[in-house]
Amino acid sequence: MLPDWIYDVVFVVAVVFLVGVYVSRRATRLDRLHVRVETARAALDAALVRRAAVALELAASRLLDPATSLVLATAAHEARTADAESREFAESDLSRALRAVVDQPDFTATVSARPEGEAVLEELAAASAKVVYARSFYNDAVASARTARRKLLIRVLPLAGRAAWPGFFEIDDDPPRP
Amino acid sequence: MRVGIVCPYTWNVPGGVQQHVRDLAEALIGYGHHVSVITPADDDARLPEYVVSAGRAVPVPYNGSVARLAFGFLSASRVRRWIHENAFDVLHVHEPAAPSLGLLACWAADGPIVGTFHASYTKSRVVSVTAPILQSALEKITGRIAVSEAARKTLVEHLGGDAVLIPNGVATERYAMAEPLPGWPGRDTTGTAPGARADGGVLGFLGRMDEPRKGLQVLLRAFEILGPQRPGLRLLVAGPGDADDVVARVSPALRDRVVVLGMVSEADKVRAYHSVDVFVAPNTGGESFGIVLAEAMSAGAPILASDIEAFDRVLLGGRAGALFPVGDAAALAASAGELLDDPARRKQLSAEARAAVRRYDWSAVARDVLRVYETVALPGRTVVESGRGA
Repeated sequence: MLPDWIYDVVFVVAVVFLVGVYVSRRATRLDRLHVRVETARAALDAALVRRAAVALELAASRLLDPATSLVLATAAHEARTADAESREFAESDLSRALRAVVDQPDFTATVSARPEGEAVLEELAAASAKVVYARSFYNDAVASARTARRKLLIRVLPLAGRAAWPGFFEIDDDPPRP
Repeated sequence: MRVGIVCPYTWNVPGGVQQHVRDLAEALIGYGHHVSVITPADDDARLPEYVVSAGRAVPVPYNGSVARLAFGFLSASRVRRWIHENAFDVLHVHEPAAPSLGLLACWAADGPIVGTFHASYTKSRVVSVTAPILQSALEKITGRIAVSEAARKTLVEHLGGDAVLIPNGVATERYAMAEPLPGWPGRDTTGTAPGARADGGVLGFLGRMDEPRKGLQVLLRAFEILGPQRPGLRLLVAGPGDADDVVARVSPALRDRVVVLGMVSEADKVRAYHSVDVFVAPNTGGESFGIVLAEAMSAGAPILASDIEAFDRVLLGGRAGALFPVGDAAALAASAGELLDDPARRKQLSAEARAAVRRYDWSAVARDVLRVYETVALPGRTVVESGRGA
């Protein structure tokens, strides 16, 4: 017959073990969410850079009149060079500039008629759509991570490590509609 | 790009998700991508080359009805092996919140995962219990797609998170050509002068006959106005529901001119679209897209639809099909009469409809889905089995 305190010890050890497993799983999950946020952010940055590049390509392609080229090139350059603080505004401005350009009467028909025109427009459509997708996926990841980090356990224990509090990326990304 | 698609429901059983997966896979293959689909299938089922069976699905009660689902250790290990052997660039899981292969695939894989949500429901009895179980699998999805605004709303409300909207495609060429049904003259494309046609024309309807949202009652009321004015005019009705019940709602004098086919096969459905002079979509609401409308447009049927938001959008504000105020039987009758008397306008609407529906063709939808794949794909990395060096 074992003394009673053995049972108490076994019980306490078991509880500590289970709590440990639980906390570790929560930490793993949070880590996975942070990785997802980072991956989605990288994809979003890539999509934005790509869109600015296509806009610049269109501006430099001689498919457009010089005034339109200038509007596009300026907006694309602003978006590429904006600092973290003004990035969202600059990217929204590029969306608006692209819409204004594509919305010109007969724009799609005129550009498509030129050599390379159709290919550039197709690239622009793909790049604009990918910004919408990448931003949605990023904000979705951020929302999941934020919800997880608001949980009591995560706030009390330093499970989030040094990962920054993830921020949404809010821009007007409505694509131009040819 | 190497794409692995997970279909949660038995391949050979007709269903919206299966059809979606098949059309998407074939469109992607058409673009030159490598596609493998894993799906539950019956043992003796003949499967296309690109489809891998994960074994049989079992009928179980789920969420208020009996669903055929694939779950358990055997299915899980087959999904695992399939993921391991194929080294996909992107894994595309359909209906990941259903307890079937989709959920198993999310569980078994690490890497770029795209999830498409099909179902929409306003209330789920179990979701508060199941959300924690689903959460860890669903959190692995890097890109979410909803096929309709309703599916997206369901996702936001019940599972949290957001999705991009990419609607179902229409296999437009499947509807493009067909013989009219026997006993029906078929769409008048000759441009015969008004009144010169012997038969007086045909109006058509397709959809659930007993569901008020589909608006058959509006069309029947309009036929009560039109029928007496146009002695040769007939009405062709197809769709699930009680045929006798529909006929009983028509006044006795007109009954022999209302033909109710009830539920029809896919082939007969296509022929029905080609048997009518004006296809009427009198829906009163609740449609996010109107797949029936898109099918009729693919068949080149001149369309008269209620002006609900979704139809107005699909029909380009009236350019690709005439619109009437929703629920207004008198307006429907007036517009239908005008269209029946104007073959040139019908011909123009038919051509505009065929052109407008191209935006919804699977080739266009697959291109959008590919853009999602390209957004989430990680250069130089493939989808791997979970827990093995992710």
